[in-house]
Parts: sequence; C-alpha cells; structure tokens
Amino acid sequence: MLKAEKIVSTTCPYCGVGCNLQLHIQDDFIYRVTSPFDSVVNHGNLCVKGRFGYDYIYNKQRVTTPLIRKTRQAPGSRTQAFDRSEWRDATWDEALDYAADRLVEIYQRDGSQAMAVYCCAKATNEDNYLLQKMYRALFRTNNVDHCTRLCHAASVIALQMAVGSAAMSNTAAEVVESDVFMLTGSNVSENHPIIALQMKKAVQKHGARLIVVDPRRIEMVNYAALYLPIKPGSDVPVFSAMAHVILKENLQNTQFISERTENFEAFAASMEKFTPEYAETISGVDRQLIIDAARMYATAGKSAIYWALGIPESTHGTANALSLINLALVTGQIGRRGTGLNPLRGQNNVQGSSDSGAMPWHYPGYQTVDNEQNAQRWEKTWNIEPGGLNRQRGLTTTEILSAVHPGGVQALYIMGENPMMSEPNLNHTRKKMEELEFVVAQDLFINESGAFADVFLPAAAFAEKDGTFTNTDRRVQRVRQAFPPRGEARADWQIICDIAKRIEKRLGRPQSAYWDYTHPSEILAEMGSNVPDYAGVRYANIDKVGLQTPVPTEDHPGTAYLYTNDFPRGRGKFHPLEYVPNAEMPDEEYPFVLSTGRVLEHWHGGTMTRHSWMDDLFPEALMEINPADAARLGINDGGPVRVTSRRGSIVLRARVTPKANPGVVFIPFHFWEAAANILTTDAVDPQAKIPEYKAGVVRIAPAFEQEMTGAVPAQPRGRY
Amino acid sequence: MSDTINLIIDGKQVFVPPGTTILAAAREAGIEIPTICFHEATTSNALCRICVVEVEGSRVLVPSCVANVSEGMKVQTQSERVMRSRRTILEMLESTVDLSDAPEIQSMITEYKAEPDRYPQAKSRISTPIDDNPMYLRDYAKCILCWRCVQVCAEDAQYTYAINFSGRGYDTQISTFYEIPMPESTCVFCGQCVGVCPTGALKPKRQWLMELGRTPDEIMDLTRSERRNRRRRVEVPSNEQA
Repeated sequence: MLKAEKIVSTTCPYCGVGCNLQLHIQDDFIYRVTSPFDSVVNHGNLCVKGRFGYDYIYNKQRVTTPLIRKTRQAPGSRTQAFDRSEWRDATWDEALDYAADRLVEIYQRDGSQAMAVYCCAKATNEDNYLLQKMYRALFRTNNVDHCTRLCHAASVIALQMAVGSAAMSNTAAEVVESDVFMLTGSNVSENHPIIALQMKKAVQKHGARLIVVDPRRIEMVNYAALYLPIKPGSDVPVFSAMAHVILKENLQNTQFISERTENFEAFAASMEKFTPEYAETISGVDRQLIIDAARMYATAGKSAIYWALGIPESTHGTANALSLINLALVTGQIGRRGTGLNPLRGQNNVQGSSDSGAMPWHYPGYQTVDNEQNAQRWEKTWNIEPGGLNRQRGLTTTEILSAVHPGGVQALYIMGENPMMSEPNLNHTRKKMEELEFVVAQDLFINESGAFADVFLPAAAFAEKDGTFTNTDRRVQRVRQAFPPRGEARADWQIICDIAKRIEKRLGRPQSAYWDYTHPSEILAEMGSNVPDYAGVRYANIDKVGLQTPVPTEDHPGTAYLYTNDFPRGRGKFHPLEYVPNAEMPDEEYPFVLSTGRVLEHWHGGTMTRHSWMDDLFPEALMEINPADAARLGINDGGPVRVTSRRGSIVLRARVTPKANPGVVFIPFHFWEAAANILTTDAVDPQAKIPEYKAGVVRIAPAFEQEMTGAVPAQPRGRY
Repeated sequence: MSDTINLIIDGKQVFVPPGTTILAAAREAGIEIPTICFHEATTSNALCRICVVEVEGSRVLVPSCVANVSEGMKVQTQSERVMRSRRTILEMLESTVDLSDAPEIQSMITEYKAEPDRYPQAKSRISTPIDDNPMYLRDYAKCILCWRCVQVCAEDAQYTYAINFSGRGYDTQISTFYEIPMPESTCVFCGQCVGVCPTGALKPKRQWLMELGRTPDEIMDLTRSERRNRRRRVEVPSNEQA
C-alpha cells in the first residue's frame, strides 16, 4: 500500500466550479486525488477531470525547455511546427532575449497597435494581472483579451447594462434553496458536473422544480418538471413570451419593479408583441409549455436562473441574456438566497482573468480604459508618466486576429490559449496566424497555435506554481505548488517578470513599472490596492476556505449573494427587446443547425485532456444527430459523415441519439482531427463581439472511412 | 417536544437535540465508537455492525450509526457483550477479506485482540483485480461490502447508478449490471466511489501501477493499447464448491 509522501491542498484547474482538491503525491507524481468532504464548494465530490485528469503534467510530449524555431518565419508564409526537429533547445536567457528583441523591434517600428496578447483563463489571477500590466504599461496597448470573449462576453455586457455587475449573483450550492430554477443553454452535467449534482439533489431531495430550456435533450431533462426544446437562437422570443404571460396574468412583482428598477414602461410595451403563439412559431415550443414555465417561474417563492454558453454565444447574445435578466427583474426573483441570475463560467479562472483586467476595454476591476480617472490611477500604480497609458479601447480576441495586416497587429503573445482550436471559422484564423510577423507561445505543449510560434516558453502546470483562481461564484481560492516544475519550466508570473524587465530595459523607460515580485501574493496585493472587490483578499485569509468577492476589507467575510438592497448601478434597468434571427438560418442547401460545445471527458482546445488518459475514454469527435434525421440521410450510428458549412468541411463519426433534437446536430470542439470550429461562423454579437458558436448551418452526408483524419477504434460508452 | 434529549453514555450525562444518532451523541461527548461502513458523506446503513452499543432494556445490540437517541436512554459502548461482538465481526472480516489496504481496520483488530485463526476453515474472497478502464481498478478481494460506493454512485452524490450488489449471501459482490465493463455502463468516471472506499478495493489506476512497482516514468510510457488491458472478471467459485 502506497502512503503519500505529501498531500497538497489546491484548486481544480478545469471548470469554473473550482473544486477543492487534495493531491496525493509520491516522487512528485500525483497518483491519487481526493477532496475534503467538508468543502463548501464541492462537498468531497469531483468529476472525471478533477479526479483523474492530471497526468498531462507528466506527458512525454510536454515541453520543458525553452525553444526557438530553427527557420526564421516570415509574414504570409509562417508554418506550423509540431515536430521538435523544427525547433532548437535554448537557454532561458537566450529565449527571453530573443523574444524581447523582436517584440521591441516591432513595437518601435509600428507602435502600440502592432502589439496584442492573449491572456489565459486557465492561468492564475496573478499571471493574468501581470501579463495585461506588461502590455498596457510597456507596449501602451489595450489589445489584451482572453477566451472570455468566446464564452460569456455577452452575459457580462448584459449584466453590466442591466445591473452593473458581471458575475453569478449567488453561490452555486444555494440551488438547493430554490423552489424553482430554470436552466438554459447549459449542459451542466457534462460541463459543470459538480453543480449538476447539487441541481439533481435540489430536485430529488429538496423538492425544487426544474425548467430546462435547451435545443438539446440534455441529461438534466430527466430531472425537469418542464422541458422546452427550443430551436437554436429563439431565446429572446421564448423568454420574452414568458415575460408577456407574466404581465398579462398580472404575476409581476409590482413593489420590486417600482422600488428597484427603471425603464419598465418601455420594456412592457416591447413585450406586447411576444405572445406565446408568436414565440411558438419561431421556437417550435408548444405555447402551453411557455405559459406553464412563466407561471411556474413567477409564482414560486424563490426562483433562480442558471445559464451557460447557449445564451451568450450568439449574434444576439446580449439580447438573449437581457431577456433572462428582464424575467428576474419583472418578478423580483433576485437579491435573496435561492433566487438570482447565474451565468455559469466555463474556465477555472475566467471570472478571475476578467477581474484581473485581461480584457481590452477594462483595467483590473472592470475600470474602463477610456475613463481619464481610471487611466491616471493605474499610471500612478505602474510609475507611468501622466498620459502615458493608452486611452483607446483595445481589440477583442476575434478582432485581434482579424486586424493582422500591414498597419495592424504584427506580434502576438499567447499565454496558454489555443485560438487555432477555439476561434470560429478556423480556416480564416489559420490565414491570419500565417500573416503574423512574430509569435510567442507560453504553454505546456506545442498545441495547434503554439506550433505557429517563433519562441516557445515552457510554463509550469497548476500543481507546479502558487497563485489564486476565482471560481464561477466569485470565490478566490488558493492554488499551491505541490512540486517543482518539470525540467526547466517556470511559473507564468516569473516568465512574465523576466521578459518584462528585458523589454523595459530595451525601451529605456526612466522608471520601472515594477517586476521584482518575490511571491505571487505581492502581485495580488498590488491589484487589490486599486480593485475594491479584491482589496481585502490576502493569502493568509484564504488559506483554508476561499472568500467570495466583493471582499472590500481584510476583516470582511466575503459576499455569498449579491444585490440584497440595491444593484451596483443603482436601479436594475429593463431593456426592451426585438427578435433578431441568427446570422445564418437553415435553408435547402444547409438544412441543419450546428451547435458546438464540450463533452465531459475533455477540455476546450484539448491541450490538457488530449494529452491525458482521459482521451482513452473519448478518443474521437462524434456528431450527435437525431434518429429520424439520421434515418432520412441514411446515416448509421458510428458511420462516418461529412459535415459542410459555408466556411469548411470535416469528416467524423455520427452518434445517432435522441439527445439531439430533430434539425439540430452537435459537435464537440476538442478534436483537431475534425475541428468543429472549421465550420462555425465568425459573425459576432455587435455589442459583445462574441461569435455565434451555437448556430451555424451545415449540410450532412454519409462519408467514407478513408476520408477521416486519424480514425481510431470506436470506444464503447454507456453514459448518457 | 423538548429541544434537548438527556441520555447517559458510559455513565456520562449527554444533552443533544432530538434526531441525533447515538454515534453522533457519543462523539459530541468525546466518547469514541469505532466505525467501518459509516461515512459522514453517505447515508448510514448499519451494515458492518462494528458500531454496535448496548442499550439498557434493548434485547439486541443497537447499531449506533442509525439508532437515534431517546430521553433517559442508558448506553454502554464498551460492555463485554459489545466488545465480543466487535471482536467477532473483525475476526470474520479478517478471515475472508484482504485487509492489507485498510490500516484502520487492522489497528482495530489489534486493539480488540481479534483472533482470525478462530476460523481456520474460512474461505477467503478471491477475485482478480478488474482492470477494464483507464481510470480506476476494482479489486473485490479487498471489498468488505460497506455499500459506500453504491450509495455515492446513486442518491448520495452522483445519481449515476452504475453499480449495485450482485449475488446473494456469501457470494454478494459489487458489480455493474450483468458485469459489463465499466465504460459500457452508465459510469461517468467521477471516482466518487474511489474517494469513499475504505479498504483500497477501488483504486486509481496510476496508484495501482505504482504499487506494482512501476515508476512514474514507466507509467507514463504506457501506450493506449497497453492501458486498454480489458481483462474480464475471473469467475469466483461459489460457496458450495469450496
């Protein structure tokens, strides 16, 4: 029997739930993972990723020495180098000097608009704070973004417009206190498995009633009192029709509306047209289901709404989220325990990366960059001459790559992200990556994006560094170093400090913005000095249990749920809405709507999980299609199919299952062999700039085995 | 109904709210009752019976993990009858199950001076470790049938229902339906079962490989086909044949 050399408490690096972990370690090898049963976040429960998904740290393909491309790459002919023979090992000094030289050369020649950086929602708050600081303070650019843009950007914008905040209003575990909760655009049992357990418990043991509104017949439908199988993109009509019913039947909370909200009249007038009959023609949902859902949500003592990326990842994502917020405001189902508006954040630290300023329009703490006072505050903190910081809003994730052209973005720094898997319309993304003049990748593996780089900086994995993650319900939790980084890999914050010092020296800046941190806690303290929500977060007071922001002072207990007495913007604001169809609607040529997303066993671009034994459980992309559709097209379960959109084409196996509703197919986006994002559209929401991942249109035809890339033997799988 | 219940445990006055189990009341009073199948995160079932206590006026010994306190109850946690019962339970466990990965039970055996040799004819539970997935191993020779794994797979946590009891009497074992390999079951590989297993019958695959003497390097060198060593369960001979 193995007895652990040490057991290290830390936070899971996968999804936004932020489960507490205990890593059992022998010879620096994580051989077992448990979770404390008294954990306030996950009560000792984990999912397959959290329990078993850490072997990627030791994968033989991991890069643990700095690398420089052997052949100098030129814009327009840049290639991908997956094979180590195309790289040479370098020392840290050599790699950092080379990267600093080239970045400074491009900056001095083309100015700040040539510089851009992708921060990383998997990295710590400290890593992200420093990387945005480096680009803002040294390269004077706000071209700083990360995958939140591809995720909840529209939810964030909508929440800021309506209530003035941008996070889950409640604690995830509070769901057991709800009488009714509505789940929409969220396959929670695969994507936030531990929150799904709490939701199942709420239904099975606490008598809560669940309303599922989703274009897929997800597992949670088995627990639902009502299931509304909507067509992708009909969110605004369905939720507005619910508001219509609430107003017609006089189920609104008049006191809440008069005391806590504004703009009700305009909103109510705009809801007039959204009759259940009208919503039925657009969404395909029986009008009576819409009426029942409206009554159930409005009349319960405590109702909450949970949503994930099915709402924001749309060309009308902001309106989708606003239609949910309107429902909470009109019924007053917010600001109490067990009520609220809860966007489930995807990544372990997407909340924290956003809080830390890894966004083009905001400094840390959601302080807008085009506000003079904000700019001055950060100029003071970073020792920058008055007027030195760029007041122009920067480019978003998708805009950064679109702006790669002469006079636009020339140099890209990628920390941990994989745009060559996660951007929409990958053929376009590829062209843009090829046109870059200089690329730095900082990661664990040479992934599809890092393969385009000139310099590869090997970063430490989560178990090899200290820091903090902020989970989906705003809880700031410790990440602890369990053992030294493999090989020569280093923590992201250390790499950033070292390259920043080199850049600063080359730029000849009179004063240093400060990069001499000895521990990440000093970085978080610097951020907290200008971000009131984090002002009271200290490593000492989150040692055992994390604190939920806002934490304004050091003796503050944290904030379990928001908006008790007022909203950050004062009154909650209703927004009148119109129905806008998706950028693409199915037609004769492209009759199916394609929804994309994740599966339980994998994570996003696959950099971690496809280098894990979890890949054995789910080794290939599968397209879910309804049995009736499959029969009509002559497609068998497990048979290869070709899926084609206006942008590209992939071949993969079909999984014929009633989990897919008729007319809608689903493809996970983890697999480079059949990358779903070759098909997706890069049409974006005009306000939030988030692409429409959930509703491109495609045509489907049976294909041949030989057309598949990297076909593997089918893996039996009995789970739903 | 009163807010507190007054009872006596081992001669000590204890006040607890109604609905408290004898086990919880004893722990509250600083009196330790041994447990094996009990777990704070799972529903108690009184399966292993190691936590039995003697309650005055009760004909049989009472499992303290499920029995609630009542007013004026007199409980003895260390009486001769209790100790003999616990010793016998431990002797029967030790004589049939491989407890090499259960140090807590082993120390109970020492503490209670249990003598497994009292059952020289006992038949050990035999089973080959079931290595049917890349995440965890099932070695039912080490299983004491505490039911925790079945419960966390069901309503105590996961609502997945991949495993349950199969067989009856001595041949009872934890199994998937029709003993299908785990990936073909409803299992989602959350490993909640591994997290609550008290005897190492369920174990992460990489832990198992390390215990077999493989180094981390050797483990990470395994190819997918080597990892996919799909060995089916070896039939355990039934009691009659033994």
